[in-house]
Amino acid sequence: MNYIALKMLMGDRGKYLGIVMGLTFASLIMTQQPAIFVGLMARSFSFISDVGLPDIWVMDPKVQFVDDIKPLQDTELYRVRGVEGVDWAMPLYKGMIKARLYDGTFQTCNVTGLDDTTLIGGPPVMLKGKLEDLRRSDGVIVDIDGARDKLAKKPTVNGGKPVPLDVGDTLELNDRRAVVVGIAKNTRTFQSQPIIYTTYSRAMLYAPRERKLLSFVLVKAKPGEDIARLVQRIRDTTGLAAYTQDEFKALTVNYFLKNTGIPINFGISVLLGFIVGAAIAGQTFYNFTLENLRQFGVLKAMGTSNWVLLRMILLQAVLVGSIGYGMGVGLTALFGYAMRNTILAFKFPWQLLVFSATGVTLIVAFAALISIRKVIKLEPAVVFKG
Amino acid sequence: MTSSELAVKCRQLVKTYDTGDQKITALQGIDLDIHLGELMMLVGPSGCGKTTLISVIAGILDQDSGQCDVFGVDWLHLSSKDKLLFRAQNIGFVFQAYNLLPTLTAAENVAVPLIINGMKRQLAVRKAAELLEKVGLAKRAESLPSQLSGGQQQRVAIARSLVHNPRLIVCDEPTSALDHQTGIHVIELLKSVAVASDRALIIVTHDARIFDYADRIAKMDDGRIDSVAVVTQHSQFNKEVENVT
Repeated sequence: MNYIALKMLMGDRGKYLGIVMGLTFASLIMTQQPAIFVGLMARSFSFISDVGLPDIWVMDPKVQFVDDIKPLQDTELYRVRGVEGVDWAMPLYKGMIKARLYDGTFQTCNVTGLDDTTLIGGPPVMLKGKLEDLRRSDGVIVDIDGARDKLAKKPTVNGGKPVPLDVGDTLELNDRRAVVVGIAKNTRTFQSQPIIYTTYSRAMLYAPRERKLLSFVLVKAKPGEDIARLVQRIRDTTGLAAYTQDEFKALTVNYFLKNTGIPINFGISVLLGFIVGAAIAGQTFYNFTLENLRQFGVLKAMGTSNWVLLRMILLQAVLVGSIGYGMGVGLTALFGYAMRNTILAFKFPWQLLVFSATGVTLIVAFAALISIRKVIKLEPAVVFKG
Repeated sequence: MTSSELAVKCRQLVKTYDTGDQKITALQGIDLDIHLGELMMLVGPSGCGKTTLISVIAGILDQDSGQCDVFGVDWLHLSSKDKLLFRAQNIGFVFQAYNLLPTLTAAENVAVPLIINGMKRQLAVRKAAELLEKVGLAKRAESLPSQLSGGQQQRVAIARSLVHNPRLIVCDEPTSALDHQTGIHVIELLKSVAVASDRALIIVTHDARIFDYADRIAKMDDGRIDSVAVVTQHSQFNKEVENVT
């Protein structure tokens, strides 16, 4: 009977494709839009991920997310270093500084100042030069996206492409000379400004004069130290905010979730996708069953039980659901692959597969349920009606 | 004729439809016997209860009261499961609108009753193809119903009604959708391949052209059997029936 169920389903290609396309669309929307959303949210904490090495981030208690800089006094660094269980604690500067470009225009840049000695907090991938080159006079490292785009030099010929900033080129940061000694690859952040790395002491020179300039203290726990307890100890001892990497990421994401319309916008897209997908697939599947009601009646008259008919409909539903889901997820994966080198945010964790599988299952289950109800209530005597 | 030679025995069959506002009594105490080896035709005007009667006889509709035995088994005494099984094994159907599954080939359509009875598909299709040969459609076994003419579709439906070797075949207007010549061919085929000493045929029809092929004709009106005539008397009967229909 399974064979008959499948032939009934696939024999009418137009309707079969209609159901599969509806589910593909629903599955696509339910994975692609959330994947962009997750990608965007991940960008909000990509700086924390890129820094990577420290166990704990220490900052002003009023900080709400990673780009919400509320500087500390330099002396806080020493207080953190004095907390029991701290293996090392390094300063990190993060701030916006205007760079004067070749052609005299200005571009605001996201400047990160790394501990002069250890250079902890540097970029994850160096494309040109070495991290240690930061120790050279006036050395800065620029991220590749910034170098190619906002910091790029004017085209050499009219109508040509801008020339990417390269090792050896110079900039002016707050009227001070900065020489590009390396090009790095960063994870894209939520902000579009170019990222410039330099040493902490040089960042202090570039940054506008302020009484406090220390953005974060990066802390590594001693081997075997309980991180959660150390976090609490730092908070208790210094009165500062201290978070593990994951806690700081969560703080940042939660800020964006609560204070921006991004989740609502994407939520609406996903909901619309679900509703439209459910409407198309559910309606088409239900219509398909209605149109085949007489065939089901014939099978019933010939001695097919309700249980077998139910299995046939479930098989049809599971098949179109699986194919639609697979195609939707596949298209999303292709989309992500095609967009991997673009500015578009995209992250496709396994949880999204579960989410969309649940959504498609709900649609298919609903469509199958109303169809099954119709078939079970069907009087086999309907076959004798003209 | 003893009751053991009866294929169908109906006694005081009553069936009422509740349409909400009113109750329509479709069968008002039907008494009817159909013998093994017999081709019985049910005739009568539209709405006289013919279709309701064959639905009850075929076990796809429950009567309100009365008795309907098919091969000595009272439908009302069977559980739903046993009823399905009995129907699957013992009843064959031929419909006015053929009711072939449009996405299955002719051979697959014919194989459906065997598959319902648990036979493996490949074997069932092979057996179905053999039967298609018997009804003159060997070359059309792989055709879809939409690729067949009305007459050919009805021949496929006849093959389907016979493939599982049922003991009772119920036909609802098998020729009324066909032109004269094709209708005659179909009824001749039905008579030649379906009538057997261990089997009975009931044909509901309005089609006076095929009355001659019946062994007996039961004339129904207003939910009752008016008369049952043996077809050797058909000349007179035909006239009467034509007046009724």
